[in-house]
Amino acid sequence: MSGHVRQARVRLPLPRIFPVGCYAGRARVLVLRSALGYRRSWPVLVSGFFEPVFYLFAMGQGLGRLVGDLPGPDGAPISYSAFIAPGLLAASAMNGAVLDSTYNVFFKLRYAKLYDAMLATPLGPTDIALGEIGWALLRGGLYSLGFLSVMGAFGLLGSPWALLALPSALLVGFAFAAVGMAATSFMRSWQDFDLIQLVIMPMFLFATTFFPLGVYPRSLQLVVESLPLFHAVELMRDLTTGVVHAGLLVHVGYFVVMAALGTIVAARRLRALLLC
Amino acid sequence: MSALRPVSGKYGYGHTSHSLVGFVRPPGYRRAVSEDGFNSGSENGAVLVKARGLSKRFGPLEAVRGIDLDVIRGEVFGLLGPNGAGKSSAMRMLACVSPRSAGSLHVLGMDPDVDGPAIRARIGVVPQLDNLDVDLSVRENLQIYGRYFGLSRARARQRAAELLRFAQLADRADSQVESLSGGMRRRLIVARSLVNDPELLLLDEPTTGLDPQARHQLWDRLYQLKQHGVTQLITTHYMDEAERLCDRLVVMDAGVIAAEGSPAALIKRYSTRDVLELRFASQVSRPTPTELAGFVERVEELPDRLLLYADDGEAALGALHRAGVRPRASLVRRSSLEDVFLRLTGRSLVE
Repeated sequence: MSGHVRQARVRLPLPRIFPVGCYAGRARVLVLRSALGYRRSWPVLVSGFFEPVFYLFAMGQGLGRLVGDLPGPDGAPISYSAFIAPGLLAASAMNGAVLDSTYNVFFKLRYAKLYDAMLATPLGPTDIALGEIGWALLRGGLYSLGFLSVMGAFGLLGSPWALLALPSALLVGFAFAAVGMAATSFMRSWQDFDLIQLVIMPMFLFATTFFPLGVYPRSLQLVVESLPLFHAVELMRDLTTGVVHAGLLVHVGYFVVMAALGTIVAARRLRALLLC
Repeated sequence: MSALRPVSGKYGYGHTSHSLVGFVRPPGYRRAVSEDGFNSGSENGAVLVKARGLSKRFGPLEAVRGIDLDVIRGEVFGLLGPNGAGKSSAMRMLACVSPRSAGSLHVLGMDPDVDGPAIRARIGVVPQLDNLDVDLSVRENLQIYGRYFGLSRARARQRAAELLRFAQLADRADSQVESLSGGMRRRLIVARSLVNDPELLLLDEPTTGLDPQARHQLWDRLYQLKQHGVTQLITTHYMDEAERLCDRLVVMDAGVIAAEGSPAALIKRYSTRDVLELRFASQVSRPTPTELAGFVERVEELPDRLLLYADDGEAALGALHRAGVRPRASLVRRSSLEDVFLRLTGRSLVE
């Protein structure tokens, strides 16, 4: 027996959630594939890093002079830049993940027929879902790391707890990528993607990224509090300002559930679309 | 599955370790039944695909309506039929990417409904539509595809180099896929389908859309594979392709199998040796089939010509001439699978 015969990797305990034969445990090869593919189009990756940085300068430094200080999570005043930076961090984790898991996945699914090619191998829909979500997550993680570095350089990280903002951003990215991919599986044409923008854009503007929840009447506060980006912003803001409390686990729980549901729906939908 | 399963993991690459370096297989190449873990016949006559009453429905549409297939190890088996005959639907079921609606199916001795990934680990698929990875180079397409099958990085690199030579693409290894010609892309897809050293190759209309030279190049590659014992199942709507490549074939029409046999046997059974093609200046001067019935065995009317079936075409043409039939043009040729298809279905294969 020659050396190239390899055992299947140890698989995650998923087979009961997903139907038999949908997971070969090789999702990481898809991440490798994406990394290879992006080597030639790295400018696309770089532009995603600069967007939140530009926002931070324009709003934080520019608008911030007019706004002055705002009350932080614990009531102590913080600069406007320190207030919006964690919001932008959360939003960039969301944007990176959603962009990759919607437009790119739709193209590969409907036009490049890339997933059909993968399903001619032992790979299953769950490998594809986890692999694509994994890449979106990695990309979002790189942006978050970059932005956190910028925040550190400008003295906007008020506590060592800010280090936990990076794994938090990965979790947020995972959740948005999974839901984005699940939503993409229902898209029929490029026009349907306007619906995604219709959800993402208002969330970016209104989910306490740029101003505190207190400006809303209670009824609207309840709506905002239900949005995923609100939980991401609150989580990041509390960590970067060092206001750590048990309530953060609620945010974490929110994203764990969102990620799990998104992954399950995405894998099932891929199966229905590709294995018919 | 039984303990006869090969040593690799359930979804793992790797049946036996024979080398496909340059496609040299051991003399008298036959994989032993016990090594392969399926046992559907004698060593040389192992049935790789066995379908009984295989059906596929898409809502009200019944694409495949109960077909029986037996593909034997080492042969090239054809599914011949027009577009919409159900060939691709049948292929998708065999490739374990489309659950069957009814009937039984065994590929390499396993049931696709249960062991899909294990079957896919040991077969190769050449899809009808080009689905190469345009984000990757030619070489990377082969390497990454190998990784999907669980090859190690080193093994995938080595395998890609072998397959680039096989596909005559070594000098284009670092090109982007988009810069390849249609024939090159097709050869790359065939090369890609071989990355796991498959026991069974499924080719869905492999030469559709290629120019004649590219078709011949691809046929050469497929013939080379056959020489090295790779069992192939090919769908096509080109009768010349089927005649050239297939040891045995079935003619499919409207989801059912209309006939089965070797190309020569089918022609012998369903057609005469010769075909006399007659073209007339106008519909008025064209004789009716009943007027011609006495001269030949059978007459088919096509919009632009008449096909007259006779074992001796030249003799029939002479007799018609003496009887005063004056076609604008005439041609005597040997019967082909096209004639078989016309006889079986009353329609042309390629419209």
